[in-house]
Amino acid sequence: MKHLTKTVLVASLCLAGFVGMIAASGKKVITIKGSDTMVILAQRWAEAYMAKHPDVSVQVTGGGSGVGLSALINGTTDIADASRPIKGSEIEKIKTRFNALSFETKAAKDGITLYLNETNPVSELSLSQIKAIYLGEVTNWKDVGGADAKIVLYGRENSSGTYVYFRDNVLGGKDYSSTMQSLPGTAAVVNAVAKDKVGIGYGGAAYAKGVKKVKVKKDANATAYEPTPETIKTGEYPITRYLYMYTRARPMGDVKDYIDWTLSDEGQAIVTQVGYFPVK
Amino acid sequence: MATQTDLIPRRLLQTKPRLRPLEFVAEKMLALVAFVSIFFIILILIFVFRESLPLVIGTASDDIGKVSIKRIFDAAWMPVSNHPQYGLLALIIGSLKVTLVSMCFAFPVAILAALFTSTFAPKWAKELMKPAIEILAGFPSVVIGFFALTVLASVFQNVFHLHYRLNAFTGGIALSLAVIPIIYTVAEDSINVLPKSMKEASFALGATKWETSLFVLLPAATPGVFAAFLLGLGRAFGETMIVLMATGNAALISPDIFEPVRTMSATIGAEMAEVVFGDAHYNMLFFIGVCLFVFSFSLNAVAELVVRQRLMKRFRGSV
Repeated sequence: MKHLTKTVLVASLCLAGFVGMIAASGKKVITIKGSDTMVILAQRWAEAYMAKHPDVSVQVTGGGSGVGLSALINGTTDIADASRPIKGSEIEKIKTRFNALSFETKAAKDGITLYLNETNPVSELSLSQIKAIYLGEVTNWKDVGGADAKIVLYGRENSSGTYVYFRDNVLGGKDYSSTMQSLPGTAAVVNAVAKDKVGIGYGGAAYAKGVKKVKVKKDANATAYEPTPETIKTGEYPITRYLYMYTRARPMGDVKDYIDWTLSDEGQAIVTQVGYFPVK
Repeated sequence: MATQTDLIPRRLLQTKPRLRPLEFVAEKMLALVAFVSIFFIILILIFVFRESLPLVIGTASDDIGKVSIKRIFDAAWMPVSNHPQYGLLALIIGSLKVTLVSMCFAFPVAILAALFTSTFAPKWAKELMKPAIEILAGFPSVVIGFFALTVLASVFQNVFHLHYRLNAFTGGIALSLAVIPIIYTVAEDSINVLPKSMKEASFALGATKWETSLFVLLPAATPGVFAAFLLGLGRAFGETMIVLMATGNAALISPDIFEPVRTMSATIGAEMAEVVFGDAHYNMLFFIGVCLFVFSFSLNAVAELVVRQRLMKRFRGSV
């Protein structure tokens, strides 16, 4: 009996201590969920912000733009990161569930880079050539100025914002060729192209390591531009997009402080470090 | 002269069993656990069927309009599109191709390995090989997939001069790494439980080791080997992570095993995270789940019926 009393006492003390610890930590929590393209950026932002504001905890999860916006609709995240603009149907759902107009913040700019194997002699492509390649109309590198070899297409899974953006803005809304191999994540695409002499892939500029970045021109007679901070900022590089942060309503309190900070010079400096481009 | 009953302590002969509360509780707990697991399986079943139901009763819809079950005969699998298509043919072909490649490779290798360890191998080799192969069964499939994606794919491309780095062949071989241990373990056990007299009789008639294992032991173990085959087939068909990483995931309709494929399980794995709840695409993924379930359920049913009822009787003379 004595033994039992002792056990109960110790257990309750532990419990009390645990509850006390949670209460004492009392941190303000901001949850961010969404785009895999933005996950590195969001983590760097979170680390830097938490270092400056020890009373705030920023929790970042990836999953894809659609996942983040679904979470925003379901009320399980404060901020949704997205590499594509929010859809009308998603705005509608937020409206009916929370009676709020969703709020969009353009957080950074990204140039979608076309990756080629480093041994590929092709170095520039026009938008219409890229379109023809990904629609499966051009299937041999010699048709776009390369060696006589069949083209192998790599792309992202259809859960990715990049997949949707590239389809709507480069392919004119038409469907990818069914021979495109969809890989989980931009890093996997880069890895595949780095190992495949006849491969082509697309994704964020920040991931292009060990592959050749294609210079892109608007049409056959235009100058070709490499995706660099300058050309993306000026819009000379033709395939650029914004990276967004969405909230259910106009941000307030801690969330507002955080979003304002990401748009400050300090926040935008991190954007450049990670390999994306500032909005201003 | 002592009768049989005299040898048994009187305590055990008491007709009324003593009430043992602990035993009673333990027994009921075990029964409860068993029923809870059945209960959960039924719940999962109901859930999967319910989520695919809108397709069957015709209430499913996407951004364009209503989607009926007939759409599974569309020409392609292109669910995220301005004109979505939900054709399952490419996915079914993909699953079949990868499963075929992996079984063609895994089944002979596993059966021969089982014969080797049960008949030919010296004791030390057997003690080394059996656990080693069984550890492979517990290998995380994502690790096998990663290995296939980075190493195996490049090796095969260079050796066989393949046009596509990631294809059904590479995925199938990687998959067989996960399937071999399952077939091996079950087949090895079924060869080992054969009566020793069988082997000895065969040797006594002058058969060599090789003849004994191939024409005596293997046929006698047929029910077990068949069960091993079905278990391996089920694993190969349902495995997700390895094929998701190593097959390229392009939904092509072609008989060529050196082209990329998208399997049914990998499609669920890749797309479920993103899909809008309640959308036709969501229902369709659950419908694929139902197909996978029906397949594995019929495999198990065949294993149960054929192996238990027919083969066992034929080969052993009893159930």
